[in-house]
Amino acid sequence: MAYSDKVLDHYENPRNVGSLDKNDPNVGTGMVGAPACGDVMKLMIKVNDAGIIEDAKFKTYGCGSAIASSSLVTEWLKGKTVDEAYAIKNSAIAEELALPPVKIHCSVLAEDAIKAAVADIKAKQLTKATA
Amino acid sequence: MNYFELFKLPQTFGLDVATLESNYRKIQSESHPDRFVAASSAEKLASMQTATLANEAYLTLKSAGLRAAYLLSLQGIVAIDEKNNQMPADFLMQQMDWREEIEDAENAHDVSTLENLLAEIEIAGKNLQESLKSQFQNNHLSEATESARKLIFMDKVRADILKSIEKLD
Repeated sequence: MAYSDKVLDHYENPRNVGSLDKNDPNVGTGMVGAPACGDVMKLMIKVNDAGIIEDAKFKTYGCGSAIASSSLVTEWLKGKTVDEAYAIKNSAIAEELALPPVKIHCSVLAEDAIKAAVADIKAKQLTKATA
Repeated sequence: MNYFELFKLPQTFGLDVATLESNYRKIQSESHPDRFVAASSAEKLASMQTATLANEAYLTLKSAGLRAAYLLSLQGIVAIDEKNNQMPADFLMQQMDWREEIEDAENAHDVSTLENLLAEIEIAGKNLQESLKSQFQNNHLSEATESARKLIFMDKVRADILKSIEKLD
């Protein structure tokens, strides 16, 4: 199957691959997996006290489209508030990368990873506030 | 006709792979285009459809994860839904760890670590298949659904590690 130029670019030069300190109270981790294909994706975001995402890293074991989707969202997340991040839709990711219909689920996986990371940081902040 | 009926196999998770293979080959040869050179176009079409169905059925039943999901689908349960990517956190953590270890070992050309990992992954996969067998026997279908989803990941990580070992050999 032919990948779009944008997918190839992210696949060959993935941005922000790696991890952040998961024990850092300002770091949220989202881990998701797609039973349709067995791909797994980990997305970590570092949020400052103003609620802005300062850094984002990912690790994805999966196809080119899954890697490109997660690489792209790490670029998009930086500078956004957690609520803006939560509002990112898979359709925007699919459109930007020109994903074919059979690869739309890769963009769904990336959206789910963002939502999981945001939920994790919110839970951490709640514990911090009540501690 | 469902996939099990096609291969004259009992509709259970713990199927006999040897019977699956031999019945598949039988259907394949019976529906081979060479046998239909002089046949009518309706017969040609029917044999082609049988061959296609047999292929799809064989690939589904051969893979434990897909077989489990197929059995569930016969009961009206959608185990593999592209919109549902929620898996237990500890399970995903383990999957992520395995894939990182495979990547590191491959980069280090460390075949013995890969082989140890393969053994570990195969044991975990077998255990999951054993659980599935009893979950199906006892009709614990929501547990079976979770196990079926997990098995897809186990099949993937096993395929990945076999690919890595092959690459280094």
